[in-house]
Amino acid sequence: MPSLKDLRNRIASVKATQKITKAMQMVAAAKLKRAQNAAEAARPYAEKMEAVLANLTGAVTGSDAPVLLSGTGQDKVHLLVVATAERGLCGAFNTSIVRLARERALALQAEGKTVKFFCVGRKGYDLIRRQFDKQIVGYIEFRAVKQLSYAQAEEVSAQVLKLFAEGQFDIATLFFSKFKSVIAQIPTAQQIIPAQVAGGAAAPAADNAPYEFEPGEAEILADLLPRNVTIQIFKAILENAASEQGARMSSMDNATRNAGEMIKKQTLKYNRARQAMITKELIEIISGAEAL
Amino acid sequence: MATFHFELVSPERQLFSGAVDQVMVPGSEGDFGVLAGHAPFVATLRPGILTIHADGQPKRLYVRGGFAEISAGGLTVLAERATAVEDLHADQIDREIRDAEEDLTDAKDDAHRIKASDRLDQLKSVKAALATAGATH
Repeated sequence: MPSLKDLRNRIASVKATQKITKAMQMVAAAKLKRAQNAAEAARPYAEKMEAVLANLTGAVTGSDAPVLLSGTGQDKVHLLVVATAERGLCGAFNTSIVRLARERALALQAEGKTVKFFCVGRKGYDLIRRQFDKQIVGYIEFRAVKQLSYAQAEEVSAQVLKLFAEGQFDIATLFFSKFKSVIAQIPTAQQIIPAQVAGGAAAPAADNAPYEFEPGEAEILADLLPRNVTIQIFKAILENAASEQGARMSSMDNATRNAGEMIKKQTLKYNRARQAMITKELIEIISGAEAL
Repeated sequence: MATFHFELVSPERQLFSGAVDQVMVPGSEGDFGVLAGHAPFVATLRPGILTIHADGQPKRLYVRGGFAEISAGGLTVLAERATAVEDLHADQIDREIRDAEEDLTDAKDDAHRIKASDRLDQLKSVKAALATAGATH
């Protein structure tokens, strides 16, 4: 049976924890708003890029298509680009992304394919390192970065494209968490190299006007495809940032509620123990008086 | 004067959206002007100054990396970097010039070297254009 002082201390410490989780939840809520705005602001660019790419890929096909679009013709070596958060305390956010990547990696390995990892974010790196240490070919973290910007995405894509140019892999898949709502984040796998174009050749321009190109179509496509990889990564990073804050918000909300419940239980226990002690003292006094 | 819809989008945000009279775009094969009713056209950009002519004072922006698309819906410029000329600092251009110079010295084959020296020339011309613009203001 813990003493009254023990119980008091325990309640005080849970209260302190509750204050922290409450503050974290509110900070996450504020950051979530900003992250959502950033993700929304990036959307027009990505959409336009997709539309133009769909137009162009219809025009450039066959053997003269760039390798970023048509692939290397093999699928032996897979690169899994795993984007996670820099910090923990956000529920199952990091683990669910890593789990998806790990399942994919094991499935690919069972098929006899080679799997390599490229980690973006410290948490994912720590988790993947435990199992696939030797297969990690690159690692970037943004811990020092306050506001995610396009420059970070450029940094990642430059490294990925460099690996591709060196022939280190055939297919690259990006793992991140799609932001659906505060309580629902969906871990997602998206193939970025070779590029997957929505609609593909079957989607002609809506207004059906033939475009003129300057310089040629192939040159524009060669210029556009690396940019497309960058924008996909940028989109993933922003979605991830929003998802992370959403996950942190809901998990901290849970933690605050749990702490509240714990305080209630402990307070009940404390009061019961206090009353028991008072009763005991009274009995002692009364029985002492009776004995006289 | 007939106007048309123009959008300037960078990955981080939308910088301009609205009706304009004319836009001068720095294309990779030369500047071109876009007026209402332009034929469908896609062109890549070189680093340079994009000028928007709408009501009042023409607006000048420095754009880098991206492309312009003209369709029936109007003109859309996707630029990786876009900064209003007034907000542009000379040291920013200087830094990019330094980067380009490094690229040039690092270039391993002719294709890369040509590309890097082109970039360097383009950036230097932007700097010169800005310097003269600053002097006339």
